[in-house]
Amino acid sequence: MSLRTPLGTVLGAGAARAGVRHWWQQRLTSIALVPLTVWFAVSLLTLPSLGHATLLAWMSQSSTALLLVLLVLVGAWHSQLGVRVVVEDYVHAAGARTLTLVLIGFAHVLLATAGVFAVLKVAFGAAG
Amino acid sequence: MPTRPLSPHLSVYRMSRYTLVTSIANRFSGVALSVGLLLLVYWLMAVAGGPHSYARAMRVLTAPLAQLIYAALIVAFCYHLVAGLRHLVWDTGHALERAQSQKSAWLVIAASLVLVLLMVYRAWFAIRHAP
Repeated sequence: MSLRTPLGTVLGAGAARAGVRHWWQQRLTSIALVPLTVWFAVSLLTLPSLGHATLLAWMSQSSTALLLVLLVLVGAWHSQLGVRVVVEDYVHAAGARTLTLVLIGFAHVLLATAGVFAVLKVAFGAAG
Repeated sequence: MPTRPLSPHLSVYRMSRYTLVTSIANRFSGVALSVGLLLLVYWLMAVAGGPHSYARAMRVLTAPLAQLIYAALIVAFCYHLVAGLRHLVWDTGHALERAQSQKSAWLVIAASLVLVLLMVYRAWFAIRHAP
């Protein structure tokens, strides 16, 4: 006996093969964020000051710029995955849910792009 | 919206259980850190904008209300970090028994509290030169 629904038989689409993708990406980004966020917190707390000149000198180092880009990109991806689940859990109306998810996606892409742009601008010496 | 019951069935849980509280707190702290990401990018853009834009942003970022937000973000960060590590341990299939998870719930609370105190001390009370 087939356990497929009549609709499933007609569509014949099967699974999208994406069942664990969200879960797996959430785990990988969280593993990456452990060293990245700890590095960032320690850096912020040990910088001699938070003045503009100090920050420029700090962010102009290649290692800092590289790690900041990673922090922004991986952080934005992890954040997007997490907030998406919260919306899927608590926003039940289909239209509002889709709209919220689209806006959250746009917002995260914008944040990631702006963050990377800012770090690179400083790293390449264009932030006088 | 369908009339059938939809997950999460919040009303069926005993909300006083700390295992449940540690779980929902992980979600709250995660959402708070998403706001932190917004602040981080704002701060990075201000640095990239030059000394004047940074000075302007720092007037916003050093307001008394902002200090409160940083304190909340430090709590959220420390908690989410430790609670997230607990989840990663669970994902390997270990420490899932009830007694173990109750013990690790307290461990998460204690460890994140220690981290918070360390960070708050360093951020507000350790000797720091003004920018």
